[in-house]
Amino acid sequence: MAYSDKVLDHYTNPRNVGSLDKNSSQVGTGLVGAPECGDVMKLQIKVNPSTNIIEDAKFKTFGCGSAIASSSLATEWVKGKTVDEAMAIKNTDIVKELSLPPVKIHCSVLAEDAIRAAIGDWKKKQGPAQTPGQTESAPVAQQA
Amino acid sequence: MSTTAMISENTSVPKDVRLPIYMDNHATTRTDPRVLEEMLPYFSDTFGNAASRNHEFGWMAEQAVEQARERLAKLIGANTKEIIFTSGATESDNLAIKGVAEMYREKGNHIISQATEHKAVLDTCKRLEKYGYRVTYLPVQKDGRIDLDDLKRAMDDKTILVTIMTANNEIGVLQPIREIGALCHERGVLFHTDAVQAVGKVPFNVVQDNVDVASISAHKFYGPKGVGALYVRRKGPRVQLVAQIDGGGHERGMRSGTLNVPGIVGLGKAAALASEDMAAEAVRLAGLRDRLKDKIMGQLDEVYINGSVEDRLPGNLNISFAYVEGESLLMGINDIAVSSGSACTSATLEPSYVLKALGAGDDLAHSSIRFGIGRFNTVAEVDYVAERVVDTVNRLRELSPLYEMAKEGIDLTKVQWAAEPSAH
Repeated sequence: MAYSDKVLDHYTNPRNVGSLDKNSSQVGTGLVGAPECGDVMKLQIKVNPSTNIIEDAKFKTFGCGSAIASSSLATEWVKGKTVDEAMAIKNTDIVKELSLPPVKIHCSVLAEDAIRAAIGDWKKKQGPAQTPGQTESAPVAQQA
Repeated sequence: MSTTAMISENTSVPKDVRLPIYMDNHATTRTDPRVLEEMLPYFSDTFGNAASRNHEFGWMAEQAVEQARERLAKLIGANTKEIIFTSGATESDNLAIKGVAEMYREKGNHIISQATEHKAVLDTCKRLEKYGYRVTYLPVQKDGRIDLDDLKRAMDDKTILVTIMTANNEIGVLQPIREIGALCHERGVLFHTDAVQAVGKVPFNVVQDNVDVASISAHKFYGPKGVGALYVRRKGPRVQLVAQIDGGGHERGMRSGTLNVPGIVGLGKAAALASEDMAAEAVRLAGLRDRLKDKIMGQLDEVYINGSVEDRLPGNLNISFAYVEGESLLMGINDIAVSSGSACTSATLEPSYVLKALGAGDDLAHSSIRFGIGRFNTVAEVDYVAERVVDTVNRLRELSPLYEMAKEGIDLTKVQWAAEPSAH
């Protein structure tokens, strides 16, 4: 299987690897996927409370090169966007940018889910005024 | 994909290591130069059809085939009349299982196999199930071996064939075939073994190991691809099978078709080399494998060997690296050819069924790498591979949310994941 240069680039030089303080009210954490599936992505955003602009984003991924690249790209794209703009990111954009083959499309879907999960988590923290009627977010993993 | 290595800053390439390194010798092996040399005359000089009975071209081809037959027979302890040549082990497995099933249909319709067999055996059994045969797939224990008591219990008066591999291609584990064969003979049941990964690498003797039918593949022990053989016992008991390919009755009526003379010559030479070198080579390969294992396990924690450590092919190492996914690991060592049990590396996105059968759990199957050390690997290569693997695993663990959670003391088995896998 040949990887696109962009996937290789994100793999060798991943952007924004790391963690943000998940207890901060400015931080939204999305944890999607499952180890049994071979894909787990954690994507975090730090949102400026007055502008709703995503100032920082970090990721960690357990998964193949395409999964790592998709989540790395996701953190690159959300930075500088407002929360609403970030919600509009589609997996198909990721597929196009990274030239993902059909068998790897699900990696981009998971990255899109991760963005939405992070945003959903952040919105929940902002209080009940924010939560009703929200645009869909993917379910967030919970610790038992 | 370019072969330029994504070399981490820490590892420089030693002078005596040429990239890329091939360490996937269970998938296939390089044709030994001595084998290739032996084959070449049969393309342009001695190119006759071995079945041409009336001229020298045919006689010389036939002679070469018979010499190869003798060489293989010697390697496995058989009589030359018991060796038939095929296009490879997949064909041999098909011929053995279907051929026996059809021949002995009056006697019974029950076949016993096991969970970690090669697809050439499993898919053939599945097809026979469609034709009304009953197949029992024995489970394996944690070490990858079957339980002989399970086999005893599974046998009934309709059982006509047991088919269990000698050595597994993914985890290298050796089954107790001598005992399996003895049990089969006691019960009057035929015993076929897919001996592909064992022949030429570990001692394999059809008489001592109580084998009735055995599949062999040239390209797994430094012969060419596209040629294999089937051992079919003639005495104690005499095995008959229904040919699967009709057309001229070659190979004692068991396998029609013009013989692949150059390929067969290659197989024979590979067998001759194995007869000479196997004992010493096994010691050398086990040494290299243990060196690789010790270097990796000495520098990383939470690394698990899949399958029995003792009953194993000398060159095989199958390891899971917790918290790191297999394909991403392969990508990080893309100057080294190995393979993984991860779903991401399979066309069907299913993780290795062999590892699943060991009861390891999908997450460890996704984190597994198979190293197959062979004749042409060196100490320098092993050292380089160990360093690159350790480096890459460490790097990927820094990227891994699972590693982070584990280090925080979270029990990953208790986490409710957002995406539970759908039933496969």
